[in-house]
Amino acid sequence: MATQPDLQPPSADDAFREEVRDFLAANFPSELKGKGNALAGVDGPTEETEPQRKWREAMGERGWGTPTWPKEYGGGGLTRRQAAILNEEMAKAGAYNPIGGMGVMMFGPTLLEYGSEAQKKEHIPPICRGEIRWCQGYSEPNAGSDLANLQTFAEDKGDHYVVNGQKTWTSGGQWADKCFCLVRTDKSDKHKGISFLLIDMDAPGVEVRPIQMISGMSPFCETFFTDVKVPKENLVGEEGQGWTIGKRLLQHERTNLSGGGSLARMMGASLADIAKKYVETDESGAIADKVLRDRIADFEIRWSAFLLTARRATEESKAQGGVSEISSVLKKLGTKLGQERAELMIEIMGLQGLGWEGEGFTDAELSGVRAWLFGKATTIYGGSTEIQNNIIAKRVLGMLDHQ
Amino acid sequence: MAVLNEEQEMLRDMAREWATNESPVAAFRKVRASGAPEAFDREAYTAMAQMGWAGIVVPEAHGGSDFGWLSAGLVVEELGKTLTASPLVATTLAATAIVLGGSEEQKAKWLPKLASGETIGTLAIDEGPHHNPAKIAASVSGGKLSGTKAFVHEAHSTDLFVVAAADGLYLVENGDGVALSTRKLTDQRSHAEVTFDGAAADKLAGGGDSLLDDVLDRARILTACEMLGMAQAVFDTTLEYLKQRVQFNQVLATFQALQHRMADLFGDLAMMRSAVEGGLQALDSGFGIPRAAAIAKSEANRVLHTMSREGIQLHGGIGMTDEYDIGFYLKRARVLEASWGNTSYLRDRFARIGGY
Repeated sequence: MATQPDLQPPSADDAFREEVRDFLAANFPSELKGKGNALAGVDGPTEETEPQRKWREAMGERGWGTPTWPKEYGGGGLTRRQAAILNEEMAKAGAYNPIGGMGVMMFGPTLLEYGSEAQKKEHIPPICRGEIRWCQGYSEPNAGSDLANLQTFAEDKGDHYVVNGQKTWTSGGQWADKCFCLVRTDKSDKHKGISFLLIDMDAPGVEVRPIQMISGMSPFCETFFTDVKVPKENLVGEEGQGWTIGKRLLQHERTNLSGGGSLARMMGASLADIAKKYVETDESGAIADKVLRDRIADFEIRWSAFLLTARRATEESKAQGGVSEISSVLKKLGTKLGQERAELMIEIMGLQGLGWEGEGFTDAELSGVRAWLFGKATTIYGGSTEIQNNIIAKRVLGMLDHQ
Repeated sequence: MAVLNEEQEMLRDMAREWATNESPVAAFRKVRASGAPEAFDREAYTAMAQMGWAGIVVPEAHGGSDFGWLSAGLVVEELGKTLTASPLVATTLAATAIVLGGSEEQKAKWLPKLASGETIGTLAIDEGPHHNPAKIAASVSGGKLSGTKAFVHEAHSTDLFVVAAADGLYLVENGDGVALSTRKLTDQRSHAEVTFDGAAADKLAGGGDSLLDDVLDRARILTACEMLGMAQAVFDTTLEYLKQRVQFNQVLATFQALQHRMADLFGDLAMMRSAVEGGLQALDSGFGIPRAAAIAKSEANRVLHTMSREGIQLHGGIGMTDEYDIGFYLKRARVLEASWGNTSYLRDRFARIGGY
């Protein structure tokens, strides 16, 4: 289709493609081919192997793990076109992007927009090199969907704050080096009393307790702050600007959670291919159970329409610049469809698809069960589906609040 | 909304302006009131053709503009918003069949006239109330076609039928051996049973074995564009109504139960738009057309069905009145849902294409 005119002459593209190929040939360890990013698993990080370390450092040095971020802060400084070429060539070579996590997906883009020069210089380069893990200190026991009700208090002590309170659902809190946090600096105003603060996870007074989930995994934590000293230079933006900055970050989070990217990869095999292994087929190779076949087709059609929507949102945001309110729609649709797919998949597998552990199940079957259970969180975190519906109705459709 | 180039933006804006000013739903009411079986305004169609809309997918060498399917889809969507009654879609599809399967001679004879609006064309494929191109009884012997086609769109004004016979597609001019019997459907547009009794038929010999499927995929996608316009209009009208209507001393739009239903519909509409535009893009790129067409029409069916029902419900009693436009969308929606493949047909086709 006709989109943006191509600003690069073809020769420049070709030269860059050549550069990427040379880089991959020289730096991507062949034993990692097709392995994906071991550090990105939902079950937490595994020990980094020597080849993985070398690959991360090579990409980090170039800034190509964060290809479109500015070069001056350690990013790749690439155009979107070049970043697309980089992705294509990596896919061809079976390579993956070793730089990821919340620093890349959420915090980095937000800090680039709202951070001071000193903050960008301090925090962005280690994200680009994949050296620092960030976690998100947003939710609290009494501030879930009503996030602005958060009570964790940062008391002004002149050159520093003293933070007291509790965060929950801190994803990856037990492995994180630093936390971007919404804290209260003013108790008199619900929204304007919130500030965006960066806290070291190894600072005295920070305690982390993993929460075991229905899936058996513990990807989330409770995080307790007791008299934690935080220097004032760790305040992002102005005091009281935290709600604005925090909501902006959530737009990045929703875009990522919607599943245009990682979810699509996770759902690599088509349901029909899986079904052919678990249920009867007729002589023509079609699924014999016509009702099940119809339901699979119904799902796959809607899933295709969702992927087209994610692609369209990307094209539109490229044309307009930046993430948009459409992120709420993508999050709502993608998470619902993801759950629907997981339910259909375990149904296709029968009891073989409900194995918890031990003998008699393949790794794929066991991880499918855990993913099905873990997937129930997707319509709750990052702003529940109900909150997304409020956002769509009020901000996108302009439906009014109760007077 | 797909990212458009300047030419496409101009075309869309022009179509939107024309539909809003020259062809609002009130124009369809006039057509309906006239009771004419052809059920469209000749002058309006002449104006549309003069703007080049009938030739958007016709090559320049044959009098079209060759702007492509995304462009054609934009125009059809805008016309769908106001329920513009015209043979534009039918004629575009007839022209497409000739572009894909016609000889140079057939193209030279028919395409310029179809593109200029002088000739009106339509597809005559199905022989019963369900879309079923695998079951065609019409046959040709010695250049004469015989058979009966059911629920042919825009039949009353058609000059040139593109008819499916057991051994391929044929061009049949309206005239000797062609008889119409009106079938008035809920949308109150032109539909008829067309009986061919030894009518002179000229075969579309090109296009290979998949010609009929290729034409039908285009019918599915272009019809889905009209449906997209309709779904968008129902959504916009309903949203507007919820913002105006006061009950319990409150504007309805302030009720969360209604807000969340509109948010659901908004998400569905986004998926429908992506699926339909994906179909148009597949046609323009020539890649993955059968699958994209099944997705486009299937999503169009699903979402317009829900939208047309919710539109009435959310309007309440006034949505049940003939005075209000919303009911027209419901009645046209079901006709288009059943045309060129209902949802179960398309799911079966999608699964077949996917090898399961």
